[in-house]
Amino acid sequence: MTDLTKLSLKSALDGLNKGDFTSLEITDAFLARIDALNPKLNAYTLVTHEKAREDAKASDARRAAGNAGALEGAPLGIKDLFATKGYRTAACSKILGEFKPEYESTVTSNLWRDGAVMLGKLNMDEFAMGSSNETSAYGPVVNPWQIEKKLTPGGSSGGSASAVSANLCLAATATDTGGSIRQPASFTGTVGIKPTYGRCSRWGIVAFASSLDQAGPIAKDVTDTAIMLKSMCGHDGKDSTSLNVPVPDFAAAVSRGVKGLKIGVPKEYRLDGMPEEIEKLWQDGINWLKEAGAEIVDISLPHTKYALPTYYIVAPAEASSNLARYDGMRFGNRVDGNDLIDTYEKTRAAGFGAEVQRRILIGTYVLSAGYYDAYYLKAQKVRARILEDFTKAWEKCDAILTPTAPSAAFPIGQKQTDPIQMYLNDVFTVTTNLAGLPGISVPAGVDVNGLPLGLQVIGKALDEETLFAVAGVVEKSANFTAKPNL
Amino acid sequence: MSVSEKDVRKIARLSRLAIQDEKVPVMVDELNGILNWIEMLNEVNVDGVEPMTSVVAQVLPMRDDVVSDGNQQAAVLKNAPKADSGFFVVPKAVE
Amino acid sequence: MTVEASTPIFTAFKTARPDQWVKGVTGDWEIIVGMEVHAQVAANSKLFSGASASYGGAPNSHVSFIDSGMPGMLPVINKFCVEQAVRTGLGLGAKINLWSRFDRKNYFYPDLPQGYQISQYLYPIVGEGELEVESEDKSTIMVGIERIHLEQDAGKSIHDLDPDATYVDLNRSGCALMEIVSKPDIRSPEEAANYFKSLRSLVRYLGTCDGNMDEGSMRADVNVSVRRPGGELGTRCEIKNVNSTKFVAMAVAYEARRQIEILEDGGSIDQETRLFDVKTGQTRTMRSKEDAHDYRYFPDPDLLPLVITQEFVDGIKATLPELPSAKKQRFINDFGLSAYDAGVLVADKEFSDYFEEAASGTDAKMVNSWLTVELFGWLNKNGVEFANSPISAKNLGGLVKLIQDGTINGKIAKDVFAKMIETGDDASTIVERDGLKQTTDTGAIEKAIDDLMATQPDKVTEAREKPKMLGWWVGQVMKSTGGKANPAIVNDILKKKLGIE
Repeated sequence: MTDLTKLSLKSALDGLNKGDFTSLEITDAFLARIDALNPKLNAYTLVTHEKAREDAKASDARRAAGNAGALEGAPLGIKDLFATKGYRTAACSKILGEFKPEYESTVTSNLWRDGAVMLGKLNMDEFAMGSSNETSAYGPVVNPWQIEKKLTPGGSSGGSASAVSANLCLAATATDTGGSIRQPASFTGTVGIKPTYGRCSRWGIVAFASSLDQAGPIAKDVTDTAIMLKSMCGHDGKDSTSLNVPVPDFAAAVSRGVKGLKIGVPKEYRLDGMPEEIEKLWQDGINWLKEAGAEIVDISLPHTKYALPTYYIVAPAEASSNLARYDGMRFGNRVDGNDLIDTYEKTRAAGFGAEVQRRILIGTYVLSAGYYDAYYLKAQKVRARILEDFTKAWEKCDAILTPTAPSAAFPIGQKQTDPIQMYLNDVFTVTTNLAGLPGISVPAGVDVNGLPLGLQVIGKALDEETLFAVAGVVEKSANFTAKPNL
Repeated sequence: MSVSEKDVRKIARLSRLAIQDEKVPVMVDELNGILNWIEMLNEVNVDGVEPMTSVVAQVLPMRDDVVSDGNQQAAVLKNAPKADSGFFVVPKAVE
Repeated sequence: MTVEASTPIFTAFKTARPDQWVKGVTGDWEIIVGMEVHAQVAANSKLFSGASASYGGAPNSHVSFIDSGMPGMLPVINKFCVEQAVRTGLGLGAKINLWSRFDRKNYFYPDLPQGYQISQYLYPIVGEGELEVESEDKSTIMVGIERIHLEQDAGKSIHDLDPDATYVDLNRSGCALMEIVSKPDIRSPEEAANYFKSLRSLVRYLGTCDGNMDEGSMRADVNVSVRRPGGELGTRCEIKNVNSTKFVAMAVAYEARRQIEILEDGGSIDQETRLFDVKTGQTRTMRSKEDAHDYRYFPDPDLLPLVITQEFVDGIKATLPELPSAKKQRFINDFGLSAYDAGVLVADKEFSDYFEEAASGTDAKMVNSWLTVELFGWLNKNGVEFANSPISAKNLGGLVKLIQDGTINGKIAKDVFAKMIETGDDASTIVERDGLKQTTDTGAIEKAIDDLMATQPDKVTEAREKPKMLGWWVGQVMKSTGGKANPAIVNDILKKKLGIE
């Protein structure tokens, strides 16, 4: 029998449909592989063996009864940011302790509705704040590529990217506030899409920055992300920012082609000091699309360089308020102090890691009396300018092609000392979060060291189908077949 | 604009984060590093620009006034560090 | 979209009437009061969650995961609460803002699970309006309304269940409040109390708040400052959470006096938040917070701007009931009541509804007097709530009808009234059962008079000399007929027989 864990989601679903194997069989194969490799990778913070096998058996029974859903029997990994009823959901923070929610997030509910099986909870940067998975209270995740080098899989969805890349699940849920799906996908040779803000319900996802957070999948190929996204998204009355729009058949768009499409190439994404191989990869991407019949147009997104500083006002401001509820009063860990205020301060100082505390302090500062207009209000206005850049760009093109990240995966520990160096990881991805647009990262090549590099396609709001069409062409042309050697 | 040690202590207090004395100067440097970088935004002309609070172009959805939730005391208290007789128990909070 | 932001500021400064001035040692002082009233929306469920908003319940039983601030929970607004805020605004003749927004007010407290309160800081749903309020001299003044906004209530901290811990019940957490902010147009303790009373009456007419002060459905934060008449404004203090009209008046009076004493001693007023102690009738500094508040308001990113249409507003306008001021005028015009009597009746919708039902088809003035003197008197004396009145409006009207058509006289009516309270029966049943019908049989009355005159000849003589004795005679006749004789007929026959003109 072939190694079931190597299958793509699509081929696994085909195999399950044809009766080549059962959900229990593929689930057991994944559990065995997780048990063997997770100690090295630290991708899972919780492996739900029993639940996975129960889910799988129930799935096999549903299939036997002729009630197979769109993801029937597919074993998935779930980022620790999604509330999973009865199973520890800690956002990889000490402050939540052993918090077991009494509710299930809408996105994961949708996956279970469609028949998926939960393998466990995936590691991530604490509260999704980080670009290397090093801020996790459960320790960093190791990138399966050149595992001996102990490289980061990126962040914040490092566990999701590492697990998918290492075949520890068929696909995984992830979230993206500034690039947390796309940058890890780029670092691990996987595909990750952040859909249009409002596509996926945020209900039951631990909030980092509400106006930027958006869930999406990380999977092995473009079609798999399309299949995952279709199940994950949809209107939810419990989220006031959820979009009440139909969910298209994303997978059907993957093979649509790019003939006649105009692809924008923004000059502002050509950074000084960007590695040559990334320049080259970008040019390859341009050539592939041209060859496939797309027209390449030069565009300008003049406020690009202001996106990161804007993000580092808006996101910490929202986070400082969103994280106020972690006070040790109703759930999570409490550290007793001399009085109420002392208890609050000790609980939060002990419970939050350094990066989270740094962002809470920045967020508190930029919202505080006397500074609000200079920082927060200003950032909101610049944010409007950034959206305006894209609106103007859409007059000239249908999608935009850029690199996903300014570098390949770097060693764990390398950028820990300088927060701004770490923040720069998101320089190409953060604009879409600020503008609410969809963005996908597709592996397109390797760097000199043989590490994967991704290209990003940015689309118009709610036009994920064009995004998938362009990504499909990039994937096909790149013919990226390299795999981590485990 | 830059922050002082006093500012850091003040925002740490507002944020309810205990901060060790020796960490204060470190935090001052870190925050100033980030704030200086953010200063870049002053280059942007935002005259006449409306601040953007959401990317969602729809009106606030409203729900009907029906009781559809609650009646789950045990579930609400389930993760509490301390609870008694149906209440959350917290350190003495005096007005 | 450009919308004008609004923040509560002190703008209007009319001078108090001299009779409202407070005498100090160094001269007269004027009191300036503005109020922020929190009125809980009479909704079934909470402002942003589907948990019950009803009062009471086991601790933490009316709580959703949203109200308890669980990770990943999101607010969805209750349409009914939006409608009630608009309705209240319309009742105050206020500007309705079709575009408003929710902000987060950030602070830490154990009964504030999210770590912030969702409120409307810069862009409230209702703008300026006004409310007619009676002053202590029975004239009316107009109190300006600055704004009304929607916000979440906090939970409840209980400090006396354990000496070392606080117990937190989140049943109230997330209930919808309308914060109704007045302009500083109030100039005396009585006006402050009357403003609170009128506002309560209005929201009860509108049905937007049950006005139940015992259950905390209405609480007032009272801003008080003093100044020399017409002079420069003083520093104000805010007295938090005053929950009755009586306490509002007491708090204003105490606080004004306190400030005057400090100023007259050469001191100055610290702007601070104070508490009113109902036991001592005094205000005291709330234990000062360790640091100055900095609420870091910013637009709630979990919500979108609240946009309503003019049609939405018009739809609510079409269902507005008759408001107290219009009803008062109608009672004066249609029923011939005095302004004072009409004011008493319209002060509470329950009163005016009762009155209108009782007065239908009978003498309204007589109904007013039976209601406000007899029934209110009995209820007061016996500590019974008006809602639990043993006499229904229909039955009180029935009693007045019997008086009006001569079936019983006023004296018997009082006995019937007492029996109605006792039994809950209607007046005609009691009159029938106890044979209390008034006697109009002149023969029988004549006979009773003749009998009396025969036994008391000296009184007959006396009456012929002193016609004022007629009253005494009427009394005697009534007594001998068991009060059932028609007093008018008794009067006529007595006059004739005694020869009094």
